[in-house]
Amino acid sequence: MNKFLWPLVGFIALVILLGVGLNLNPRDVPSPLVGKPAANFSLPVLGADRKFGPEDMKGKVWLLNVWASWCVSCRQEHPILVELNSKGIVPVVGLNYKEVRGDGVTDMAKTDAATEDFLARKRAAKWLTDHGDPYQLSVLDLDGRVGIDYGVYGVPETYIIDKAGVIRMKHTGPVSPDDLTKKILPLVAELNK
Amino acid sequence: MKTALALLAALWLGALSSAALAKDAPPLAADPLTEKRMLAITAELRCLVCQNQSIADSNADLANDFRREIRHLIEEGRSDNEIMEFMVARYGDFVRYRPPVKGTTLLLWAGPGVLLLIGLTVLVRYLRRRNEAISDAALTPEELKAAEKLLGASRRNDKPQ
Repeated sequence: MNKFLWPLVGFIALVILLGVGLNLNPRDVPSPLVGKPAANFSLPVLGADRKFGPEDMKGKVWLLNVWASWCVSCRQEHPILVELNSKGIVPVVGLNYKEVRGDGVTDMAKTDAATEDFLARKRAAKWLTDHGDPYQLSVLDLDGRVGIDYGVYGVPETYIIDKAGVIRMKHTGPVSPDDLTKKILPLVAELNK
Repeated sequence: MKTALALLAALWLGALSSAALAKDAPPLAADPLTEKRMLAITAELRCLVCQNQSIADSNADLANDFRREIRHLIEEGRSDNEIMEFMVARYGDFVRYRPPVKGTTLLLWAGPGVLLLIGLTVLVRYLRRRNEAISDAALTPEELKAAEKLLGASRRNDKPQ
């Protein structure tokens, strides 16, 4: 081979390497929780005076969707979840994540626990009234403690949990129609078999 | 004197207002040792929101949560290793700036060394080939004659006049 061709080959290899690197999503961090039992929690339910935990869903395949009213990209996926809910294929539980203290505006030094709870319920309920409620129910994770157990680092995130309570998939970022039809629904169908 | 006093007063007022404007410092652990351990651990952890910062350096909301959580764990009496495991179990090896050497991280650890080796091999081979090319070049009698002629001409020119 011509000796001038080698640098060209090297250059093309480098371009391919960098091209692949640029197209990877650095936020798409593989979760070590896939294949592990979903962490247990007991959190207050939005719009009700009771608590909910993953054990209440034992025997069902379900989605856990992390959302908040301040989360901009949640708006992007929300209509998709609303449509999914209208089909009744799979129950979706909402995990409302740091509704008040995550908004980046509220001064938490001046907000006591009761006020935070009140504000969170008000804002979350209003958001669901405005944009539609795709959730079987939503729970409030005010301080984000349960979020840490689920490895949440960006909202929205969606988990598929099987009948035995094991996390089977984690999707970070808004769910696109493609994600739903190509990744989520086939897995749900398989787990429901 | 009057202007100096006025200046001092202005400075004092300025300091007051900036202190009032400054955001409240995040809560620290009561025990300075806990705080020190927390800082040592979080310096080893990557912030997932701003991925090129450690949790110790980051002001992101999530980093604040992690610091609070790690303070709790330290106060519960967990060891540094247990806390590291707690974070890795939830966020994966990616949160560690120094991930353990295993199958999935092998390329990360060995990659630079392998690239260096490839580079060195190419360089050595190239240099050897070039040396061979130089030593092989013997002059033909015609070339020798032409060279001597040129050298002779330059020597004559060099003579002082």
